[in-house]
Amino acid sequence: MIPAPVAGAGASAAISTQGLTKRFGDVLALDGLDLTVPAGSVFGLLGPNGAGKTTTLRLLLGLAHPTAGTAIVAGIAVAGPGAGDGRVQARIGYLDQSPRYYGWMRGRELLELAGRLHGLSGSALRGRVDEVLEVVGIADAARRRIGGYSGGMRQRLGIGAAIVGRPAVLFLDEPVSSLDPEGRRDVLAIVDRLRGTATVVLSTHVLTDVERVCDRVAILHRGRLVVESPLDDLVARYAPPTFRIEVAGDDDARRATDAQRLAEMLRPATGVAEVRADGPTITVRVPDPEAAGTRLLGLLATAGVPIDSFARVLPTLEDVFLDLVGTPLPPDEPTPGRGGAGSGPAWPADVDPGKRR
Amino acid sequence: MTGFATLLRKELLEQWRTRRMVIVGVVFLLFGIGSPLLAKYTPEILRAVGTGMPGAIVELPTPTTADAVGQLAKNVGQLGVLIAILLAMGSVASEKERGTAAFLLTMPAGRGAFLLAKLVALGVTLLVAMALATIGASIYTAILFEPLPVAGVIAMGLVLWLELLAFAAITFLASTAFASQLVAGGVGFVALVVLSILSAIPVVGEWSPMGASGVAIDLGLGTVPATWMPAVVGSIACIVLSAAAAWAVFRRQEL
Repeated sequence: MIPAPVAGAGASAAISTQGLTKRFGDVLALDGLDLTVPAGSVFGLLGPNGAGKTTTLRLLLGLAHPTAGTAIVAGIAVAGPGAGDGRVQARIGYLDQSPRYYGWMRGRELLELAGRLHGLSGSALRGRVDEVLEVVGIADAARRRIGGYSGGMRQRLGIGAAIVGRPAVLFLDEPVSSLDPEGRRDVLAIVDRLRGTATVVLSTHVLTDVERVCDRVAILHRGRLVVESPLDDLVARYAPPTFRIEVAGDDDARRATDAQRLAEMLRPATGVAEVRADGPTITVRVPDPEAAGTRLLGLLATAGVPIDSFARVLPTLEDVFLDLVGTPLPPDEPTPGRGGAGSGPAWPADVDPGKRR
Repeated sequence: MTGFATLLRKELLEQWRTRRMVIVGVVFLLFGIGSPLLAKYTPEILRAVGTGMPGAIVELPTPTTADAVGQLAKNVGQLGVLIAILLAMGSVASEKERGTAAFLLTMPAGRGAFLLAKLVALGVTLLVAMALATIGASIYTAILFEPLPVAGVIAMGLVLWLELLAFAAITFLASTAFASQLVAGGVGFVALVVLSILSAIPVVGEWSPMGASGVAIDLGLGTVPATWMPAVVGSIACIVLSAAAAWAVFRRQEL
């Protein structure tokens, strides 16, 4: 039997965990995670590599066993008392972060395998596989061997295999991390189309992925839940209004020196919460943007430093993360605004003990 | 056993598509055809080589049907077992390495069904291979020596198949327990060496799967040896215990 799709964003929880903990020897990969994922939401599990995202997914999928705590997925216990009876597999779908599958198998055959395991057969199976091939956009390559698929096609195929059984909860582990910009856009569009038909949990370390498709987000850092909130609330609540100032000039070294000097001048100003200088760019955070804007303009006019631009910028998820965790992004990774394209920023690599070894 | 039929179908398709079944089948067919040929012509070749050397006197016994059957049992018991180990070493470990085990087991597929489908597929591939070897050996033994008794030949094939499957099952257990197929292959090879040594020890050795070769020769020649049971029971015990141990390891294994 194929479970019925979740009807819209309901009030019930698709996933709930209490004190979910996983320890690998001396390493505490997940530390008492209390999480509730509302049914029907596209939920972003965000954090740098090594934050515990994959460990969380593996525990929720029943692929690993918790050191402590409980977890319920789609109303079925997957960790703690009563867990491990295998019933949840009929209600979930899963995409690995680097799917490899069987090189000898054809794309269509993989979806048929997944469909058969979900109890489909005959014309119902053929119909569902045709439908899924269209959804993920690989109908033309369905009869080709998976061994000849590109990374993006394997990712699409993996999403197809994950949704063929119409799961109530879909887990996507870093679904676009290895894709080019076009592939990222397409896969995130597929995820967007799943909104309302399933609860989607998307694990990623790329901020723009979350900003593009998720309506709720949880930030994990060093195995701990830092915050969980609707995305808009999170940005409004945790990222203070920000002004960005670009110092003008032909000499980069001179611009950086001027920016440092200007930052020193702005720091003690009334209504300024924080000033950061990074090369020729100065970021000024303020609690009251209306009052501070006028004051900053006045200060800049009298500072004697040539200014290229002065603008109020929308806070991003990166700003939220910086405020909550204090880990800066690598300097060579720009932060596109909300809805921007490209690969997006990523946090420094770390070791995630939950990754398959 | 949720999903067993689907998983078995996938395993058999994999054996076919990756050419494993064909390659193993052809190699075993060559064992079958080659064994009577070797038994028949090795003395003649040695005699021809020997007579070319001044002063050499080569005296070799006339080859018999027993030599042909013995050669087949020897080939299967040595090279055949190595092939069975190669075949089994990646069965579970490679799926864990690739992540496909996690892919399948997050769908409605039981872990027991996952393991059993793989073991049955291994058994089917080795059975097909052993059938080809037995048919080839029977035909060429009939041409070069004399026809073998049909029932005896079938019994011989089945006993040799059990021997192969015993080593495949031990390797399969290692493939389940460890993440690396090379380690699994190493364990299978060590088991081959240890059981070969054990088979030389009186009484204890009778229970080793390696003892099945001797039983198979007698069966192939149409006689039922008095001590057929220990080797057969030992082989079946190896298969059943290895499968049970693999299940015990795998049912709580983290992927």
